Amino acid sequence: MISAKNILETITMIREENLDVRTVTMGISLFDCCSEDIDTLCGKIYDKITKSAENLVPVANQIEKEYGIPIINKRIAVTPISLILAPCSNRDAVKIALTLEKAAKECAVNFLGGFSALVHKGFSSGDRELIEAIPDALSVTSRICSSVNIGSTKAGINMDAVRIMGEIVHKTAKKTEKDNCIGAAKLVVFCNAPEDNPFMAGAFHGIGEPDKVVNVGVSGPGVVRSALAKVPKDMDLSSVAQLIKNTAFKITRVGQLVATEASKRLGVPFGIVDLSLAPTPAVGDSVARILEEMGLEVCGTHGTTAALALLNDAVKKGGVMASSHVGGLSGAFIPVSEDEGMINAVKKGALSIEKLEAMTAVCSVGLDMIVIPGGTAPETISAIIADEAAIGMVNSKTTAVRVIPAIGKKTGDMLEFGGLLGSGPVMPVSNLSSEIFVKRGGRIPAPLQSLKN
Amino acid sequence: MKMRAVITVIGKDAVGILASVSSKCAEHNINVLEVTQSILQDLFAMIMLVDIEKSTIEFTRFADELTALAKTKNLSIHTMHEDIFNTMHTI
Repeated sequence: MISAKNILETITMIREENLDVRTVTMGISLFDCCSEDIDTLCGKIYDKITKSAENLVPVANQIEKEYGIPIINKRIAVTPISLILAPCSNRDAVKIALTLEKAAKECAVNFLGGFSALVHKGFSSGDRELIEAIPDALSVTSRICSSVNIGSTKAGINMDAVRIMGEIVHKTAKKTEKDNCIGAAKLVVFCNAPEDNPFMAGAFHGIGEPDKVVNVGVSGPGVVRSALAKVPKDMDLSSVAQLIKNTAFKITRVGQLVATEASKRLGVPFGIVDLSLAPTPAVGDSVARILEEMGLEVCGTHGTTAALALLNDAVKKGGVMASSHVGGLSGAFIPVSEDEGMINAVKKGALSIEKLEAMTAVCSVGLDMIVIPGGTAPETISAIIADEAAIGMVNSKTTAVRVIPAIGKKTGDMLEFGGLLGSGPVMPVSNLSSEIFVKRGGRIPAPLQSLKN
Repeated sequence: MKMRAVITVIGKDAVGILASVSSKCAEHNINVLEVTQSILQDLFAMIMLVDIEKSTIEFTRFADELTALAKTKNLSIHTMHEDIFNTMHTI
């Protein structure tokens, strides 16, 4: 029999330390739905999604119960809609968003991602219509998530797209002002977007993916934090890294088990496990608190970037052996509003956007769930996106920006989203203008490291 | 493959805990293979390994019944397929 110690360790992780599988996400290709007519297209999209994912939620619920491991979200990711929109002669992207919403409701999933466009080198037919429709689409739907890839290590950064996205983020917040600007929380701007990411808001079903696929995102910051809390404060960092690796291995094995079972029961191929430490607003389930447990007074102080680099690397090294295929974002997430410790650090004045930007150079994503003043100029949002994309492009990693301009609010106010999205203090951004730089447009050329062949 | 589950009962020690859980098992033709007791943060923890191969009830419903039982006795009962522990703690 498995030892009592191991059983109780697992039970404690689930009961006290918020161990869960964050998401089981089914990727669905919509290429075979393409049509010249928008109504035919919408009909085909609805049928394909509802038929493919009809068992997703029941199967996930069953696995949750049999193995006793909470599966927090069940989600769907679809082919970037701009590609599906392209062959249509009477294009209407908002109509597709409403169709996706209806399908998501029918399947009872929490979110559906893929209202997306990939424009890292330029716009093709359908891309502009989709991007222009984002503010409306996100204001008339509640479960739809949108993402736009504006740069890559191979292609450089499309600064025309960056300029437009600054405006789109602002418009989306404005359109959903009455609902705490939540539209902007469901919109992410990427550099080097992964095609198999199960996490929202950036999930979409990449063009190289099979017709259907199951991807799983694990979680578990609380487990890592409490493992660190149990060891002496003078344990050296090699041993700390080893401890995190061991813990990440266990967390990821649970993800792999859920992924394998879901794939088998749904009759859909298994794609990847995303080994991410995804925090929630629950006390203790925080990436910031892990960094503090390592010995920083408050997250954001000097040493934070180094601690995060260690954490991010150890999570990957521990997780990679636990899963047959690893992908997605895989690393530590540092969203502000979704992480109780990050919120605390911002309130204490210890954590700024500039520090967060530095941290994104060594973790898995980017500036995530950061609330900024509603009066921030769209060009400044574009400049924030450009900075973040530059970090991703040069370091051959994914970076993203998900900022929420809090319309009508100023620095220090709070914006409440509720649920997993949490609540965020409005953080200051520079008042100095980036307008001329952003308006130049064109492309920032791909860096030398893109020439690997 | 053998279908086995682990039932973990956590709470204040009291008379009849083992009896009530094992009689639930018997009711559904679930054979108790092993029982161990341990302490989890000052609480009593009883761990039972059971064979669910010949069970007359769907596993998720059995888990529901034990959860209901836990409520009446002010305990916490986790009924989980054995594989989650094997996966997590063995390579």
